Amino acid sequence: MALVEIRNVDKSFKREAQTVDVYNGLTIDFDEGSYTALMGPSGSGKSTLLNLVAGLDKPTSGTVRVAGAEVSAMTASQLADWRARTIGFVFQSYNLLPVLTAHQNVELPLLLTNLNKKERAERTAIALGVVGLSDRMDHFPRQLSGGQEQRVAIARAIVADPTLILLDEPTGQLDAKSSEEVLELLRRLNEEFHKTIMIVTHDAKAAEHAKTILHLEKGVLLEREGVKMGGGIGTSGAVGVAG
Amino acid sequence: MKFLPLVIANLKRHKLRTILTICSVALALFLFASLRTVTTTLSAGSEVSSASRMITQNATAFVIPLPQTYATRLAAVPHVQLVTWANWFGGKYGDGKKFFAQFAIDPESYLKIYPEIQIPADQKEAFLKERSSAIIGEGLVRAFGWKVGDNVTIQGTIFPGDWTFTIRGIYHPTLKEYGDDSFMFHYDYLYEKYPDRVTPGWFIMKIDDPAASPVVAKTIDDQFRNSSAPTKTGTEKAFASGFASMWGNVKLLMSTIGMAVVFAILLVTANAMMMNQRERTSEVAVMKTVGFSDRRVFGLVIIEAAVISLTGAVLGLGAAILLPIVTGFGQGGFLPGFHVTGGTLFIGASVALLLTVASGIFPAWQAARLPVVQALRRVE
Repeated sequence: MALVEIRNVDKSFKREAQTVDVYNGLTIDFDEGSYTALMGPSGSGKSTLLNLVAGLDKPTSGTVRVAGAEVSAMTASQLADWRARTIGFVFQSYNLLPVLTAHQNVELPLLLTNLNKKERAERTAIALGVVGLSDRMDHFPRQLSGGQEQRVAIARAIVADPTLILLDEPTGQLDAKSSEEVLELLRRLNEEFHKTIMIVTHDAKAAEHAKTILHLEKGVLLEREGVKMGGGIGTSGAVGVAG
Repeated sequence: MKFLPLVIANLKRHKLRTILTICSVALALFLFASLRTVTTTLSAGSEVSSASRMITQNATAFVIPLPQTYATRLAAVPHVQLVTWANWFGGKYGDGKKFFAQFAIDPESYLKIYPEIQIPADQKEAFLKERSSAIIGEGLVRAFGWKVGDNVTIQGTIFPGDWTFTIRGIYHPTLKEYGDDSFMFHYDYLYEKYPDRVTPGWFIMKIDDPAASPVVAKTIDDQFRNSSAPTKTGTEKAFASGFASMWGNVKLLMSTIGMAVVFAILLVTANAMMMNQRERTSEVAVMKTVGFSDRRVFGLVIIEAAVISLTGAVLGLGAAILLPIVTGFGQGGFLPGFHVTGGTLFIGASVALLLTVASGIFPAWQAARLPVVQALRRVE
């Protein structure tokens, strides 16, 4: 069953006087429980795709639906509420709030829920436990290694039990060992906790952990494995058309 | 309340900057409240002055005394019920660092004309009987620890010598604007040492009809117009206002300085708030990605500004309230009853709220309007 449905999406940016097309009629589905790696050179539209799915950006035309909700039609306020419930986002540079402890950073999305303090503390502890950082709760980001920071960021992304986890170059700033730890964690989240994951990466090794790899170049899907496109798996060649 | 730790954590990000900003706001509101209190105290002095009391002073200058003989002539003027007089002594006690006003008064008539000076009956009786005795306000008890029966020696400056007085009474004013920090003793005690020099500094008359005060004033001043000591007579209120006007256009000056200070601090605070937000562009973007709405981000920034402004306000206005208590400022009879009024506190709190809005609204609006994708692209 498709969790993410992207239909006939056009996306273009205005750059000074020029209009730059990223996608032209992109249609693609991502199944619930899937783990997809999006690869491709810089400027190919990988991160833009994540932003569209997360409702951080709007398509020029076309629709983006996630778990039945039409993201592309929501107002900013609706999107904020929806993101808090549905999306977990992980960035390349971790983007933890430096003034908050690991515990407080992970708790941040829960502040937007109706949970009381005790419930928030319990959930936060569980999330930090999942990423193996129960003993680093009271550490500030500056007191953590890069790999630990990224694991805290992943805990923040999963603490509200989102439907979909989006990761933009999550291993881009990590050494090999830390990368492996993070990727193993993602595999567990997908296999044990059945989280749907979309990961943007330049790293082929990181992509190998995913069940499906998509290669994007100038908004065009070049290779695909196990991805529903158009009406079904491999039934349509019109995944993306470069402008 | 659940967002409070987030607000506090953000305020602690640059502790020194936050502390200095709070201090700026505190200083601004302290100056504002103190300067405004000077004007309200001056105004209060004339507001509470009795309309049924009139004062006659030397027309040439307040500091030039009048002949004692005027007392009987003033008492004869229609509508005048009672006449008393007083003189400025101008001595110093100890090292003179703690200044207070001393007046030589005609005790019996003075206390009749000023019912606002409340003194226990037995103390009053003792004071009236003893020529070298004095009464003091409760403010001097607080300042010097004096009590009834103490002998106090004051060095005369206008009237040289060591003057020893026995305190026989402690008065309590019915209105604090009258002040409780004066030292009053017998005019006769002064006169007997310097009979050639001592004459009343001014006369105070109680009249039976406040509406008759212009006629009374004219009658008195006409009577002495061609004498060696022409007079200037007016109501006590006019006298108090005239005293205040000696300060020039104090109100305008104080208000202008106060507002200029507040405005300058407003710019400083707004700048600090905007610097804070500029440094946190990526964090705001992350918070929005997590699910914080524009409105919530706006609110959090405004709350930060409010914490800074209101903490500064509490400190600044609190310091202004404590100033006269701790330092004894206002003693000496120039600004009796110097205290921060409820009105000044209300305006101070309103200024703090205005400061919150003015310093917080632009950075809050910027944070709320921040496009997440662009902000993240800048960071990533």
